[in-house]
This record gives sequence, structure tokens and C-alpha cells, in this order.
Amino acid sequence: MTFTVPGPVMDEINGHGEKSYPEEGAGLILGLSEGEHREARQVLPMPNHFDSHKRGRRYRLDPQEILQAEERAEQLGLEVIGVFHSHPDHPSAPSQTDLDWAVPWYVYLITSIEKGAASETRAWRMLEDHSRMVEEILEIKDGDG
Amino acid sequence: MSHIRVPTPLRPYTEGQGKLEVEAGTVGEALLELTTKFPSIGPHLYNEDGELRPYVNLFVNDQDVRTLDGEQTPIKEDDTLMILPSIAGGTI
Ligand SMILES: [Zn+2]
Repeated sequence: MTFTVPGPVMDEINGHGEKSYPEEGAGLILGLSEGEHREARQVLPMPNHFDSHKRGRRYRLDPQEILQAEERAEQLGLEVIGVFHSHPDHPSAPSQTDLDWAVPWYVYLITSIEKGAASETRAWRMLEDHSRMVEEILEIKDGDG
Repeated sequence: MSHIRVPTPLRPYTEGQGKLEVEAGTVGEALLELTTKFPSIGPHLYNEDGELRPYVNLFVNDQDVRTLDGEQTPIKEDDTLMILPSIAGGTI
């Protein structure tokens, strides 16, 4: 699968991770899905509801806020196609916790934030049988094209 | 009739439908009707031991069924059972 993210959307994802540092920042990705291709159109940064003293290593979104995001996506003719979150001072590969909670179908973008600055983002998806996450091709689309 | 709202990641198993009608008296009966009609959704709601997966949240209207009677929670005419994913993770 290829996941296309426009440059400005990627900037917003990086910005949210940097602003949340040293805590994890997370949110939902709204966009379009067609067969093996997904395209992000906008992101919804969301509050991290994990216990405050553990937010440096964990994130959790609120189900009611997820519902509101789904309704908003529908109004815009989009879908919630994925999730983004940051790894403060840690590589952008899924952790055991990420594996435990990952929902198949969603694309998970993980952004590594090194000393407060976004360094690398990679895209992952959980297999249907819940066995492991595989890396997807992440295509950053610059400008208007 | 009552309604079930299916989140985007589970719609591939309901032929793309996000809202379904069911004739059920409890949350458990509604889920049974759903998994009977669309058997391939079952493994995404329940694990091998038949327990709800940790990322599956069930709300009747806007109340979490874990704060009510779980799968025994009654649903009435025009109620909506909402299946919502838990979205969580971490660094380590
Ligand atoms: Zn993570």
C-alpha cells in the first residue's frame, strides 16, 4: 500500500509532535482510501488522555472524540484513515504497546522527535491476523501537485 | 429496530456499511446478529477465547457499556449501539 501525505499536512504532524515534546502527541488522519492507496487530506491533533506522568511514553485517544472525528470526516466526504503519534527521543518503529493496540486497516504514522525536533516519520499497518505491523510506502507530496 | 454504528476499520467486513439495523434486546444479541450476518467481522471484535478485543469499545447512545451491564445492557427501539476503536500506543 502507498500512503500519500501532502507536505503541509506532514508539517502539521511534525509540529504537533514537537509541540507535545517531551510527551507523546497524537491525533487522527482524515482522507481518502481507494484500493491499495490512501491519501491524507487533513489531520486532527487530539488530546493525549493517558495519565499525565506517563504521557512521555504512552498515548490514548478518547472514544467519544474519535466518534466526533468520524462524524466530522463524514461531513467532509472523507474517512478516518489512520492515526499519527510521536516517539520522543526514540526511533519511528512500532513498540510492543503499539502492536498490542493497533487496529488493522488504519495506517499508523510514527514520528521520531529528537531533542524536540521532528526527525523521521514512517508509516505502518497491522496485518489482518494481528500478527505484526508492516511498513508501508510513505509518499510526501510537495506543493500543489 | 435498533441501530449499530460500525467504525471505518470494520466496514470492509460489513460490505462497506457504517450503519446497520438490528432487532435485538441487548448489546450481546445485537453483536450476535452482526456476527451472524457478517461472520468475517467476528475475529476483529473477539479474540480466540471469545473475549472482546481490548481496542473494541461499545457505547449505547453515549454511555460506555462497561459502566452499564456490559453485553447484557438492554437496547431499546431507536437506540444506537456504537462500536468505537480504542486508539492507543506508546514509545516502548
Ligand atoms: Zn508508538
